[in-house]
Amino acid sequence: MTTPAGHIHGTDVKVSHDLLAAIGGAPTASTELVVDAQHVDKWFGKLHVLQDVSLQVRRQEVVVILGPSGSGKTTFIRCVNHLEKIQQGRISVNGHLIGYREGDGKLVEDKEANIARQRQEIGMVFQRFNLFPHKTALENIIEAPVQVKGMARDEALEMGKALLQRVGLAAKADAYPAQLSGGQQQRVAIARALAMKPALMLFDEPTSALDPEMIGEVLEVMKELAREGMTMIVVTHEMGFAREVADRVVMMDEGRVVEEGTPDAFFSNPTNDRTKSFLAKIL
Amino acid sequence: MQFDTNELVSFMTNWSVVLPAIVTTILMAILAQLLGIVLGLVAALAGRSRNIAVHGIAAVYVWIFRGTPVLVQIMLLYFGVPALLGGADPFPNTYPFLPAIMSGPFVAAMLALGVNEGAYMSEIIRAGILSVDAGQAEAAKSLGMTPRKTMSRIVLPQAMRVIIPPLGNEFNNMLKTTSLASMITVTELVMVAQMRYAGTFKPFEPLVGISLYYLAMTTVWGFVQSRIERKLGVGLARSDDEPGFWARTLSMSRGAPRAGGMR
Ligand SMILES: Nc1ncnc2c1ncn2[C@@H]1O[C@H](COP(=O)(O)OP(=O)(O)OP(=O)(O)O)[C@@H](O)[C@H]1O
Ligand SMILES: [Mg+2]
Repeated sequence: MTTPAGHIHGTDVKVSHDLLAAIGGAPTASTELVVDAQHVDKWFGKLHVLQDVSLQVRRQEVVVILGPSGSGKTTFIRCVNHLEKIQQGRISVNGHLIGYREGDGKLVEDKEANIARQRQEIGMVFQRFNLFPHKTALENIIEAPVQVKGMARDEALEMGKALLQRVGLAAKADAYPAQLSGGQQQRVAIARALAMKPALMLFDEPTSALDPEMIGEVLEVMKELAREGMTMIVVTHEMGFAREVADRVVMMDEGRVVEEGTPDAFFSNPTNDRTKSFLAKIL
Repeated sequence: MQFDTNELVSFMTNWSVVLPAIVTTILMAILAQLLGIVLGLVAALAGRSRNIAVHGIAAVYVWIFRGTPVLVQIMLLYFGVPALLGGADPFPNTYPFLPAIMSGPFVAAMLALGVNEGAYMSEIIRAGILSVDAGQAEAAKSLGMTPRKTMSRIVLPQAMRVIIPPLGNEFNNMLKTTSLASMITVTELVMVAQMRYAGTFKPFEPLVGISLYYLAMTTVWGFVQSRIERKLGVGLARSDDEPGFWARTLSMSRGAPRAGGMR
């Protein structure tokens, strides 16, 4: 990560540094290649939503996926933690095949327990937050560490409070999601994902359900995460974020990766016609 | 015909007979309802299984027990099962390990009512589970929770909001449906009334008497039910500033900030 830790415009939310210190430092992936998606094909019925998609994400890299609506961005990142099945190709995270195991030279779907274990190292942040409404902010954060990892409750509470502080919500520990603004809910959701100490974070349009004035506070947390070395795949329409934070930008259209490159090259010299017309519309 | 108020009062205050009958009715209703909840939960979860056999068994269970009269189910269990078993009597007059009130006929009726109730509870619980936003289960899974943990920790607690009101109605029904147990000689309220007018040839008064007792039981339950629902914030806006557990929950899932909410 080479992004300078400069001042971020358009937000007055203070996010303290060392977000990852709250979970004991940046998680180290066991391999240099955190995500390795090879020739992924997926159909919804007759609809060929992902067509021969290959994407590699290296440790501490931030990849932003852009593309028009319906191009398969959400579907692709859902495949990365096996919330969706794939019909061809393979996806590995941290060197582990996700959702499938080899059997008789073919890939067969893995057992639920194994899939659940693999998902522990992949954090996901949803467009609509999906916080647990019957639990407080702090309870949302400690739920998985306690229930899945068997972490002692006291230890989890300690870590949860630290995480809340790092996302600027120390005062909201006992608030229920319905008592929080959208931006606050999304920051709790990020903290909740971080509490599992993931090696990879997936973001699916984390700011597009937010009122404009709350977008900055969420992007700020994500920028801080990127600065600290979290490996991230981010689907977003926030071009400023892509330019500033991404190491690589990937353009998807009709289920295919049509172009990828550094933000500089991508935004100033797009080569693909689809990219050009997409950028013309969105910029 | 003349209504004999003295006979009504005399029947209703014949405590040594009436009290055990009331206890029998309430105990049978509670146990059958609990059994129904457990079976309904199992059937609802089985119905979501990807395993065709498990799924099929649940579907057949609901189909049969919702599709035949519960009275027939009671009689089949009480008369049919001992016949099938040949010698052994699964429903003797008393069990050495149970209080006297829980006789063989009591157990047979309770089991049949509970198994029947399970078929209905299964549908209620299924609807409750379906009412929970799919994003909840996805968030839980994305955190590494197994399907079982996802269900017990995240989905079911939220489904309760939808399950509790019809569950209350089911129990109201159950209190009254226990009257069918009289058909297999259980000494509950209807049986007590029948025994009374067999001697007096005055059926009206004891039947009115037990109706009043049923009414009292269902009315008390109605109060309890509305208290539970109010506590859970089901369908009711609380006037207090501090919103109830489920009232808070209710306004969730929209994902939007609550208007004028605390910041
Ligand atoms: N569960 C599903 N069943 C059937 N079709 C689906 C399903 N989910 C998505 N699709 C379809 O797959 C295609 C890709 O959808 P996807 O949500 O991945 O697009 P996207 O790039 O994320 O779009 P957006 O920018 O609108 O979020 C769309 O045509 C969509 O209608
Ligand atoms: Mg999408």
